[in-house]
Amino acid sequence: MGRVLIKYAILFLVLVLVQVLFLNQVQFSGFANPYIYILFVMLLPVSSPKSVVLISAFLLGLSVDIFSNTLGMHAVATVFIAYLRPLIIRGITNREEDMSDYPGLKQNGIGWFFYYTTLMVVLHHLVLFFIEVYTFTNFLETLYRILLSSVFSIFVIVLSQFIVFRD
Amino acid sequence: MRSLLRFLIRNYAFLLFLFLEVVSLVLVFNYNSFQKSKFLNSSNYVSAGLYGTVNSVFQYFDLAKVNRQLAEENAALRTQLQMSISNSEFVPDTLGHGIVGSDTTFRFTPARVINNSVNKQQNYITLNKGRKDGIKPDQGILSPQGIVGVITSVSESYSTGLSLLNPRWNVSAKLKKSGFYGSLAWNGEDYQLAELLEIPFHVKLAVGDTIVTSGHSSIFPEGLLIGVVDEYEQPEGENYYDIKVRLATDFKSIRYVEVIDNVKKEELEKLEKNRIDGESTN
Repeated sequence: MGRVLIKYAILFLVLVLVQVLFLNQVQFSGFANPYIYILFVMLLPVSSPKSVVLISAFLLGLSVDIFSNTLGMHAVATVFIAYLRPLIIRGITNREEDMSDYPGLKQNGIGWFFYYTTLMVVLHHLVLFFIEVYTFTNFLETLYRILLSSVFSIFVIVLSQFIVFRD
Repeated sequence: MRSLLRFLIRNYAFLLFLFLEVVSLVLVFNYNSFQKSKFLNSSNYVSAGLYGTVNSVFQYFDLAKVNRQLAEENAALRTQLQMSISNSEFVPDTLGHGIVGSDTTFRFTPARVINNSVNKQQNYITLNKGRKDGIKPDQGILSPQGIVGVITSVSESYSTGLSLLNPRWNVSAKLKKSGFYGSLAWNGEDYQLAELLEIPFHVKLAVGDTIVTSGHSSIFPEGLLIGVVDEYEQPEGENYYDIKVRLATDFKSIRYVEVIDNVKKEELEKLEKNRIDGESTN
């Protein structure tokens, strides 16, 4: 239990640092920005209590907010996907009994993980970008930004599973 | 009562979810009041310290470019100095005193940019100077190329500000040639373009016209470069031009800036406030 806690604490710190120090500075075709910190919410054990998932998601979003001066925006989006996570996992898993407790790539296969990442990232980006622009005018342009950033985020998250989280 | 309790316990996850979302949304919508708080923005000790450390490593990679910019700025200042001496209307005492025109109310503090963005809808800038260097909220930020933004919150040794690339802030700007002024706002799309509003149709315009600060606010002195007219059109049924301004400042590459302190700002504000009070009592 203690080891698991430390492991997730380190994951939390590393993801926030990578996000604010590196990825927030990356600019891809002008306005796309990858957000990979939600990987923390994605990788929490499936059986963790809902309150733990929600509160850690809130703290995660708030940490990113404080660094990027977008108070509350990342928190809204991250809590949103944290709440939907059990539904998404149930929705894309065919046989409940085969499901591993750790929702990683190796445990559940690349097809499953890709689905999982896509749904989480797109939902997160939808909420985040619409709260950020604060309006539905330029609807298509915002959608284009969401699409571009999502592709970038999904790519980085799936790739990270091959490089860093191999075991 | 018991069934209510049972309902609450069964749905605690949903209620917690609602609670956290409401807290976050309150943070979003009350942003401006929280901006002034010390801890929840990037001028706080931890995040600004971290940005400062990382930036002090990465700044070495840009030294060549920074050197060139400084050299160019030096050259420009020297030209200005020569011109003002030959005009002999006034003789500046020291360059460090930062004199614009014949107006000695502005003082400049150099600072390094330790965090900056151009690709968000609301872009902010964090500087490595703070209260102990005399930085206060509502001071302007200027780069060698043109204006950058305005300071909004200050900690002991760091400060954050709104960049010009932020729809929460407009700057009063005028056409250098004709003197007509309007407000300059960013529309959240291209980090090189902003819009100049409220210029009426009877004003003569041309692509390439220079846009400078108007000096109507106490943040910026008059005549600082903002950009040039990139394109303009006369929308039907409107009274004002649609003017796109190409910004002089390259927000992607700013490293060193100057913070402008209006020494006589309090005096000015007091005077203007008195006038309003005087009118209301009449």
